[in-house]
Amino acid sequence: MAHPSTYKPGSRFGAWLDVRLPVARLTHDQFLAYPTPRNLNYWWTFGGILTFMLGVQIATGIVLAMHYVPTAEGAFDSVEKIMRDVNWGWLLRYTHAVGASMFFLAVYIHTFRGLYYGSYKAPREVLWILGVLILLLMIATAFMGYSLVWGQMSFWAVTVITNLFSSLDMVIPGLGTTLVQWIWGGFSVGAPTLNRLYSLHYLLPFIIAGVVVLHIWALHIPGNNNPTGIEVKTARDVVPFHPYYTIKDGFALVVFVLLFALLVFYAPNLLGHPDNYIPANPLQTPPHIVPEWYFLPFYAILRAIPNKLLGVIALFSSIAILFFVPWLDSSKVRSTRYRPIYRWFFWAFVITCVALGYLGSQAPEGSYLVFGRICTFYYFAFFLIVMPVVGLIERPRALPGSITESVLGYDAEQPVGKVPPNPPARARAREKVL
Amino acid sequence: MANNETPFDPSLMDDEEPTRRDVILIAAGGFAAIGAAAALWPLLDQMNPDASALSLATTEVDISHVDAGQAITVMWRGKPIFIRHRTDTEIAKAKDTPLSDLPDQLARNANLPEDALADDANRAAKDREPWLVMIGICTHLGCIPKGQSVGDYKGEFGGWFCPCHGSQYDTAGRIRKGPAPQNLAIPPYAFASDTKIKIG
Repeated sequence: MAHPSTYKPGSRFGAWLDVRLPVARLTHDQFLAYPTPRNLNYWWTFGGILTFMLGVQIATGIVLAMHYVPTAEGAFDSVEKIMRDVNWGWLLRYTHAVGASMFFLAVYIHTFRGLYYGSYKAPREVLWILGVLILLLMIATAFMGYSLVWGQMSFWAVTVITNLFSSLDMVIPGLGTTLVQWIWGGFSVGAPTLNRLYSLHYLLPFIIAGVVVLHIWALHIPGNNNPTGIEVKTARDVVPFHPYYTIKDGFALVVFVLLFALLVFYAPNLLGHPDNYIPANPLQTPPHIVPEWYFLPFYAILRAIPNKLLGVIALFSSIAILFFVPWLDSSKVRSTRYRPIYRWFFWAFVITCVALGYLGSQAPEGSYLVFGRICTFYYFAFFLIVMPVVGLIERPRALPGSITESVLGYDAEQPVGKVPPNPPARARAREKVL
Repeated sequence: MANNETPFDPSLMDDEEPTRRDVILIAAGGFAAIGAAAALWPLLDQMNPDASALSLATTEVDISHVDAGQAITVMWRGKPIFIRHRTDTEIAKAKDTPLSDLPDQLARNANLPEDALADDANRAAKDREPWLVMIGICTHLGCIPKGQSVGDYKGEFGGWFCPCHGSQYDTAGRIRKGPAPQNLAIPPYAFASDTKIKIG
């Protein structure tokens, strides 16, 4: 796409196909020869991990759908049947359920990596926006999937979340109620609701897969950002994707899957709630409703605001604000590595998100509520105040001359005078390896 | 739209005035857009409550066995309906509350005009003061408040307490504290006899 094609058909059939459907050329140019900055660290391996997780969720989901019964009477029992009777059903369901958690773990790391290294800055705004769109679709998909178990937590999560839309009654009386009844297909969460959530839960992963293709396309036009945030300048700054990053991504994936397997085989219910093993009961709300861990920060933001409509607006804004990050950050420098002031605010933001996650799991009263409000304030202040202001007043540290220089300490083919007279032995050894 | 590089019939570019062809193009496009919108409607409207959901719209309840101080919960349109037989102290408590203490001063009673105020008479059953009939769904995010059973925590105001986000309702089902914006809604109902309520 953005770099000249280097594909040469290896056989007569390859040459024949190349002028008809150049899939081999696409694969070669975009996934084998694709020039990638030589300095990507392990935080860059989560794109591959996420693609893998999407595949795992789709594969396990399709086979679970062969046994699941999407009716209000049959849903809960069919999940238990999968756990007890279906061959390997326990493995498939635990993999799918824990897989959702692992998927979110990876996507949050991936997003924070993009924030830290300024991967949303020009010319990668569309890449970033597509990423936020995938995150939104993932949130919708995970929420719908969780509802399908039709346990107490499922049922009441659907009730509470769909009721968020009833807050529109405070804008135009009746609008919220009409919308919520349209979503429910009745006057309360019930059988029609479950059926449609199932239909959409099956659809959305394929929409995600489609947006992932666009996301990768938008990545391959400008090429990868990198830890220095400076652009690729010469051919020395890049290495072919294969074998360098197929191997690096592969190693990171194995480590990630180890953690995944540890949870699936030794603590499959660690991240779940026991209440969801009680069948849904529309007449009794569990004493303590909490979402899955990956929604807790957003839930804390919802509850920090005492007004219903404003709480809902804050909840949706907390995700929607990510769309505007490319234009909120005023800094000319991409990577936080070279931003001495912003760096502190960034890590405070990470801690705030974790703190919101903890606060979301606690009852909204007393000091929890006070801290919830402080954290919610900083969450939005980070985007609306810190990002525009710090970029203007901060004096960034000196950037390296090139990606290669940041790796080796010098860039091999710079004019002689600029090369250190005696480059450190270690750097020379590394250059040989590379 | 068209620039010089686009292969395009040049004779069309020469005309400054809209031609018959432009009119046909806009008319056809407009007609197709209206048709597409019309075709979309069944795809969206199918999600609304269907005929069987609408047909469950009335329920009759026998309340002869509910003594003062007790409450029962019945289902109507898939929603829990709280029916409480209030004690004299509970009624007095609700009556003594000035309207200015209420975050939501509207009765929210489907049997009264929309602007009726939330005094106890407008909340309780007509001419049957001890009876309170309400949709038992917290107006915040739809949880079922506690307070129907004898042992339940009923909140600071002795009515209902929502465990999800801490909304508290008084003995007339009016919101007094917490994030819920409205009083508990009162469904359309009438006493069919002294011991029967028809809801819906």
